[in-house]
Amino acid sequence: MKMVKRAFVAGMALFGLASPAMAAWSDVNLRVGVTELSREIYGLHMLILWICVAIAVAVFGVMIYSIATFRKSKGAVPATFDHNTKAEVIWTVIPVLILVGMAIPAARTLVKIDDMRGSELTVKVTGYQWKWQYEYVDHGVSFFSTLARTSDEARQLDSGIRPESVENYLLEVDNPLVVPQGKKVRVLITANDVIHAWWVPDFGMKKDAIPGYINEMWFRADEPGIYRGQCAELCGRDHGFMPVVVEVKSQADFDAWLAAQQAARQAAAAPAAQTAAVVSPVDQVAAVRVAVAE
Amino acid sequence: MSATQTHGHAADHHDDHGPAKGITRWLTTTNHKDIGTMYLVFSLVMFLIGGAMALVIRAELFVPGMQLVDPGFFNTMTTVHALIMVFGAVMPATVGLANWMIPLQIGAPDMALPRMNNFSFWLLVAAFSLLILSLFMPGGGPASGWTLYPPLVLQTGDALPLAIFAIHLAGASSIMGAINIIVTIMNLRAPGMTLLKMPLFPWTWLITAYLLIAVMPVFAGAVTMLLTDHFFGTTFFAAAGGGDPVLYQHIFWFFGHPEVYIMILPAFGIVSEIIPTFSRKPLFGYDAMVYATASIAFLSFIVWAHHMFTVGMPLAGEMFFMLSTMLIAVPTGVKVFNWTATMWKGSLSFETPMLFALAFLFLFTIGGFSGLMMAIAPVDFQYHDTYFIVAHFHYVLVPGAVFAIMAAVYYWMPKWTGHMYDTKLANIHFWMSAIFVNVLFFPQHFLGLAGMPRRIPDYSTQFADWNMVSSIGAFGFGLSQLLFVYIIWKCAKGGQKVSAEVWDGARVHGLEWTVPSPAPYHTFDEAPVVK
Ligand SMILES: [Cu+2]
Repeated sequence: MKMVKRAFVAGMALFGLASPAMAAWSDVNLRVGVTELSREIYGLHMLILWICVAIAVAVFGVMIYSIATFRKSKGAVPATFDHNTKAEVIWTVIPVLILVGMAIPAARTLVKIDDMRGSELTVKVTGYQWKWQYEYVDHGVSFFSTLARTSDEARQLDSGIRPESVENYLLEVDNPLVVPQGKKVRVLITANDVIHAWWVPDFGMKKDAIPGYINEMWFRADEPGIYRGQCAELCGRDHGFMPVVVEVKSQADFDAWLAAQQAARQAAAAPAAQTAAVVSPVDQVAAVRVAVAE
Repeated sequence: MSATQTHGHAADHHDDHGPAKGITRWLTTTNHKDIGTMYLVFSLVMFLIGGAMALVIRAELFVPGMQLVDPGFFNTMTTVHALIMVFGAVMPATVGLANWMIPLQIGAPDMALPRMNNFSFWLLVAAFSLLILSLFMPGGGPASGWTLYPPLVLQTGDALPLAIFAIHLAGASSIMGAINIIVTIMNLRAPGMTLLKMPLFPWTWLITAYLLIAVMPVFAGAVTMLLTDHFFGTTFFAAAGGGDPVLYQHIFWFFGHPEVYIMILPAFGIVSEIIPTFSRKPLFGYDAMVYATASIAFLSFIVWAHHMFTVGMPLAGEMFFMLSTMLIAVPTGVKVFNWTATMWKGSLSFETPMLFALAFLFLFTIGGFSGLMMAIAPVDFQYHDTYFIVAHFHYVLVPGAVFAIMAAVYYWMPKWTGHMYDTKLANIHFWMSAIFVNVLFFPQHFLGLAGMPRRIPDYSTQFADWNMVSSIGAFGFGLSQLLFVYIIWKCAKGGQKVSAEVWDGARVHGLEWTVPSPAPYHTFDEAPVVK
């Protein structure tokens, strides 16, 4: 009796929790995203989901009907048949046809994902324990991107800081990757220590960052905005704390941003050169950040 | 030595006598029933330990923020939880059932290699003692995920050699168990029991045993290469020395995918035994079931890289592994349809084993659907390494394999103990498990789709609601299993006496229902004849 009561209380608690969460579709389903690929992937996802739902309705329907109808307690007398060749052929062939129907659009999207031609900007992403490095390989700009300090303080064991009080908790970085809107960006992905994976759900793609490999992927973001993701391959103690943040700007804003980065780098390089013996590359990057802030 | 003495000696060993007294019985036994019981008890203990680790994980994830454990320890919990559940709970449970039931189902007096049987059990105990010991090593327990991917796994402290040696021992134990099962089935079937008259549980185990022999050595090789990379300066998996970290993943999943079927095929066998008994109808499409099992086993060798769609394979590779994986849906579908057709026009009753088998039927199928979704490579770029995959494999493993094992325990426990379990408590156990398992795992589909990566100890606040629901489900499910332990203990101690047949009309469904309940220490000293 006590257990029944406990189950009931838990059930009510669940119901209470579930209803607000139900409100937001994006909390329970894949995001449509902001790229051609992400939309195609979303379409495939929904197609397969509905096919599965349709099959489930049919199969579970028959199961539930059997359970409800053929009951010993209702005096059902068991039949004795143990095979039916026609039925068996049908339920082998129909799934094959459904699978072919799924495979064709899936293969088409896969080919598109693999097509790296015609990129307009190349960014190299390197995973480290536990941060990302972004290099604009044709423009001499590079920097590190780490978890924002506010999140980092709040995520310490028993920090006393409520995660809800931190804006974009665990999904904020100091220096986001910046890319232009509407341009095909080719991302080269590698890692320096262990395997990581670079993932922005709104771009529809993730790819592993593997030491010794340079993987490729591409995206073309249609909307300006800030897009957030995370490292998706277990990479050690702070795997949960190396977010990916990408800021998509209009081409003009992007050009201005890139120019400022290049200028800041040059400005930082001059004094740094005088004290090169004591300044590490990391300090240089820090100097660039300070310069940008100013 | 006189003739009488010789006779006396022989009588000691071959006449109907009980087990040895005290602890020696368990240490030295070569009796398939004793060894089966030990495997099952061991598996139950591991299930509770692995479950406690899962509760540490779900407690930390109850709300956002870090409240209970260090992120490194969190990773150890996810890693060791998986290793214990896979190699310590699910696999030994099915081996235990095989030990108990295969001789009874094929009319054999015992397993063919009884001493090796004892050895393979005690090796397993040694293996898991080492694994649990590794938790207390300097540098912490293994924390690289159960897949042990390099280079991360090579950052493990002193736990690494212990964990690897544990895997070697567990692997050796599995291989011996598999050989034993194959030899038993091939040589000790009762006269008249041709292979295609054999019940489905021995059939699925026969195929599983071949899978084990094929892939456990591959896994042992892979972890040995990790060991030499770490201690002897080889660079099999180190790019800096000309090695390849992705090579490890290919080797691992060449083992790892068949491993998935090693856990689920015996479950298919169990469900194929239980549904006909409680439908009072023969299994629909027996031959198709056998062939479907064999094709699933074959396909399991050519789909491994669907675990690795994001490593950057060439297009042709992704295409191949996508299509081969989708094919698995066909034989799996055949199985589900055949089970459904078995119930069609039957005369169903809903004893606890049947309830668990039916829950398996529904919930395993849900796991099958999410599996099909993830086979679609372009979409898997989104699903990969999120809670969607966590939901998927827990659906096939918990309400899949584990529910089938629980169904088997309720189905055959009266035969083992001679007593009916407490049916009221057992039904409560079923309903609590069935409800909480969905509260626990269904919301994880949502979390994964919404973008929550797996193996993270803390998460952004948008994921808070469903994580809390999932954690409540986890604690509910965990507590329900204490009831399971109590029911088993109570049934072993006593209860309503059962007949040889146990279940109304079961006699026609298998030889195990022709021997008395509880099954005597020695059965089928004279082989039964199967028509
Ligand atoms: Cu990482």
